[in-house]
Amino acid sequence: MKAVPGVIGILLLLPALASHARAAEDSDARVRALAEELRCVVCQNQSLLDSDADLAKDMRALIRERVDAGDTDEAIVAFLVERYGDFILLQPPFKPATWILWLGPLAFLVLALALARTRLRRARVSRARTDDPDAP
Amino acid sequence: MTGEIGLFALILAFAVALFQGTVPLVGAARNDAALMAVSDVSSVVLCALVTVAIVMLGHGYVTSDFSLLNVWQNSHTLKPLLYKVSGVWGNHEGSLVLWVLILAIYGAALAVFGRQVPPALRARALAIQGLIAAGFLAFSLFTSNPFARIVPIPAEGMGLNPILQDPGLAFHPPCLYMGYVGLSVAFSFGIAGLLGKEVDATWARLARPWVLLAWCFLTAGIALGSWWAYYELGWGGWWFWDPVENASFIPWLIATALLHSLRVAEKRDTLKAWTLLLCITGFSLSLLGTFLVRSGAITSVHTFASDPARGIFILAFLAVVTGGAFALFAVRAPRIRAEGLFEPVSREGALLLNNVFFGAAAATVLLGTLYPIFMEVAGSPPVSVGPPYYNSVFLPLAMPALVLAALGPAIPWRRADLPGVLHRMRFAAACALGVVVLTAFLHRDPGPLALAGYGLAAFLAAGTLRNWLTRLRPGLDLARVLRRARGLPASAHGMALAHLGVAVMVVGVTASSTGRVDLEQVMHPGDTLSLAGRTIEFLGVENIEGPNYTALQGRFLVTGPGAHTSMLWPERRAYLASGTATTEAAILETFAGDIYVVLGDPVADGGWGTRLTFNPLIWWIWGGAFLGVLGGAVSIAERARPRRARLRSPAAQPA
Repeated sequence: MKAVPGVIGILLLLPALASHARAAEDSDARVRALAEELRCVVCQNQSLLDSDADLAKDMRALIRERVDAGDTDEAIVAFLVERYGDFILLQPPFKPATWILWLGPLAFLVLALALARTRLRRARVSRARTDDPDAP
Repeated sequence: MTGEIGLFALILAFAVALFQGTVPLVGAARNDAALMAVSDVSSVVLCALVTVAIVMLGHGYVTSDFSLLNVWQNSHTLKPLLYKVSGVWGNHEGSLVLWVLILAIYGAALAVFGRQVPPALRARALAIQGLIAAGFLAFSLFTSNPFARIVPIPAEGMGLNPILQDPGLAFHPPCLYMGYVGLSVAFSFGIAGLLGKEVDATWARLARPWVLLAWCFLTAGIALGSWWAYYELGWGGWWFWDPVENASFIPWLIATALLHSLRVAEKRDTLKAWTLLLCITGFSLSLLGTFLVRSGAITSVHTFASDPARGIFILAFLAVVTGGAFALFAVRAPRIRAEGLFEPVSREGALLLNNVFFGAAAATVLLGTLYPIFMEVAGSPPVSVGPPYYNSVFLPLAMPALVLAALGPAIPWRRADLPGVLHRMRFAAACALGVVVLTAFLHRDPGPLALAGYGLAAFLAAGTLRNWLTRLRPGLDLARVLRRARGLPASAHGMALAHLGVAVMVVGVTASSTGRVDLEQVMHPGDTLSLAGRTIEFLGVENIEGPNYTALQGRFLVTGPGAHTSMLWPERRAYLASGTATTEAAILETFAGDIYVVLGDPVADGGWGTRLTFNPLIWWIWGGAFLGVLGGAVSIAERARPRRARLRSPAAQPA
């Protein structure tokens, strides 16, 4: 499949592009960007940025304090992960427990491409031999 | 009394569904026309019985009959009539009845409007519909009786979650269910085709309008849901990758893949096994979604465990339906003959690649949705799978699919030369390049996502328009163009509209996610700030009273452009019955985008927390979805036309 290298290239490129977009300088934007990537631990599937819960407000204030105190984004996230666990990260970290989660999509794509490839091949091969079994 | 009539109707419906699920199958196996014909009658009877049941439940809600447990738990005398009615499906038991009703409506529709479907195929398809209905009726009767009574009769109901008291809720679930459940018809067609060994181009042609119908409703339902989340939840977002949203999005992805592969099956009599697989998978994922949402497994495995009967029932049902279907597929599919041959570079190849991307995307969203549940079951520390994850894995799958959507229609069937295809795309490529350059110059801070989003949207829109116009060959003679437009198959117009809709949506998504401006600050009455070229003055806050709530209402005066002014009234509501509070955003919709205002908490010195957001071009998202639904609807019309022609002159169309 000629498309495979291109697709993989795009796959590798995009997360890099996405993380580049997050590099914001001013502190408001930093608080906002951090709060967007963190989960409100008492809500159902809401980020700290979106949540109206009291705990979320406190945590936003905490993040602001840390940002104003000059901590790096990484240090703030590490501090919160230590307190609340990986659960607080809306983007789960890449580690053994999440390998399937992160590599799954790529595996699905490769699998689907492989399936499609055998199907394509049969559509051409059966030109010569019409008795080819037509498995899915 | 009405409750008992409803319950009785449900029990009768269960019996009818069992009858419908068995007798026509026997009839089809024995080629007995009389036994097959009962499927039509029983489908209509089933639909009538479930209608009686839901009307009885609705009667309980409208008259606030709190002797019904379900009504007492979910309604209140002070609730406006519309929400009393929508309260019927705003809860587990009632939504199940709606689910079955829609299933029965599809069955009856297939019986009444499916006259051109061969009798054996129709009888088998309706029997499968009957079996599914029997399963869900058993679920309703044995675990979730909507007509349970309570003694003594309470004087007042417990109300309804105020966030759900919204016109959006009145229409979103029925619409979504029409889509979800509509996929059952594709499933039934698939199983019936496998049982009868009659999967060919005719089968695909007959199945297609039903898939289109379900797809249109599913698209509209998801779009309505996202619109509802946007203006009701007060966060300014429109898609949250919430498990409940994903539960409807995964079947949508499969349904979209199915639409495309059905085209190949219909036109070229090939990719049929593939298409059948999608028929089965689509509805299985609908069922899985229903299981996840209904069992509470999504929130936490513990909620699921607190009422295991429901979860286990639907999980067992899911296993039987899906397992049975896949087993049948495994046995029968190898015998399906593929007729049409094609080269990799061909329309067939492009549509197959479309299926690859949609299939992988569906699997990806499913993985992300189920992963936290797996982790919890495995006893591992909990993980969150949130929007950042989905954005980084979904975009790489969506972007090539967009390119493919532009290229596909320009590729001929069977065999194409790649240079020729690329040559036909040069106009689109030039447009895309122009838009990327323009974005780079005009955008404040053009991140790579903005460039890619606008570029891809331009490529898709220009490619689609070029392909469409080439087929129309527009000229000064409008009458001739119209004649040519009528001469084209309706699906050509439908496809063009739907793909343009996708382009419009991509613009909306790109603009609102990369160009959003958020201002969050404390404002005092008299304060002004400027946003999106407008001046916004905070006038103050007043107490107001609604029908079943009291609210603090903020007043914002928006001036601009020029001397044009408008008012915005965001609210913080407190609902009397439940004591819950909600935030109602106020939205000023303009062509350039929405100004979205949320009133926050009061601050000690008399100020108020406020959040003002400018969401550029966000309405393009729903505009695009509308175009998509329109395209789907237009494509359905294609099927209606030859059918009518045949009815008019039966002799002209030899069998």
